[in-house]
Amino acid sequence: MLANYGYKDASGDFFVTIDTEKCDGCGDCISACPAAIFLVLDEDPNDPMRDEPVAIVAQDKKKKLKYECNPCKPLRDRPPLPCVEACKAGAISHSW
Amino acid sequence: MAEEKKEFWRWTESNWKNPDLDWEDAELITVGIDVGSVSSQAVIMADGEILAYGNMRTGSDSPNSAGNALNFALQALDGMPEDRMDCCIGTGYGRINVPFADRSITEIACHARGANFIYGPEVRTVLDVGGQDIKVIQCDDKGKVTNFLMNDKCAAGTGRGMEVFSDLLGVSINEVGDRSFNVKEEPTAVSSTCVVYAKSEATGLLRKGWTTEEVLAAYCRAMAERIYSLIERVGVVPEFAVTGGMAKNRGVMDRLMPMVGLERMKTGWDTQIAGAAGAALFGYALCRKGKGRQK
Repeated sequence: MLANYGYKDASGDFFVTIDTEKCDGCGDCISACPAAIFLVLDEDPNDPMRDEPVAIVAQDKKKKLKYECNPCKPLRDRPPLPCVEACKAGAISHSW
Repeated sequence: MAEEKKEFWRWTESNWKNPDLDWEDAELITVGIDVGSVSSQAVIMADGEILAYGNMRTGSDSPNSAGNALNFALQALDGMPEDRMDCCIGTGYGRINVPFADRSITEIACHARGANFIYGPEVRTVLDVGGQDIKVIQCDDKGKVTNFLMNDKCAAGTGRGMEVFSDLLGVSINEVGDRSFNVKEEPTAVSSTCVVYAKSEATGLLRKGWTTEEVLAAYCRAMAERIYSLIERVGVVPEFAVTGGMAKNRGVMDRLMPMVGLERMKTGWDTQIAGAAGAALFGYALCRKGKGRQK
């Protein structure tokens, strides 16, 4: 499942997508993210039949992703995003 | 003395009982409660088939509205004792506030499952326009979510915005759809779907001499455009179905569907019960897996 966390407003699209087919709930993204936007839950809230743990974007962060993720997204010489790099399974992507 | 103020936004609450089913024959009775920001539904299911439902407005107190919706459904189903329920699942915006729920499941999962039930397994894209958020969900033939997006940061283009407009223009919410097509020429959409800005823009248009119908048409079009921009992000896979109260509003739906380029699926069920129906179905599946009520 592609879980799109975030929002769209007049200033753009701000979504962090987690591919739950790839995510195994290892939690590497939690330690990599300086803004602590990720959480790992034992049960996927969007798929009650799933048994493995899964990463989600925390409820209190998903409505302000533009600002939470901003420090990792400088205007020029943008390094790879720490969360995307940390995820060995390649489950995390950003829309902006 | 002041005249009593008419509540134009007030939509019809309803409850229903399935005449073909008897709760006494059921093996497992599961209940789904969907406490949304604007409306609350309770669906009572007997072995995965809808036995009864209740659909009413959410009050200011979530635990109460959950109980009220359940009682409303139980009223339709005269005689079933409350302790006959085997499992109760809460969903929706106020799901953690359902005091008698065995567990809660997000509305994303429940709407996909519910749409799969009320529209049939051909549904691949579900649009839910709720009271305060918009969800676009793609699912497989079992109703399992494969891709979803929920915009709950902003109430632009949602049911609550429509209620505000029907109140502002003095048009009953049930007539908004038909009256919005009562225009000589389709006006351009209002430039903002933000409820607050759109309201002031609409007031300006009325002062400029626009008719109520033209303002309704402009707002419905703006909402359809806003909803479509979210659908675009997830993409459309046929068949396309709409759940939630906005599915009953022709003004928005008939403007949205040409943008999507598909016909929306039809159902005899009340589109507002999709979330609660999905929750009841999850209750049924979890019970059969032995993961129902933990006692």
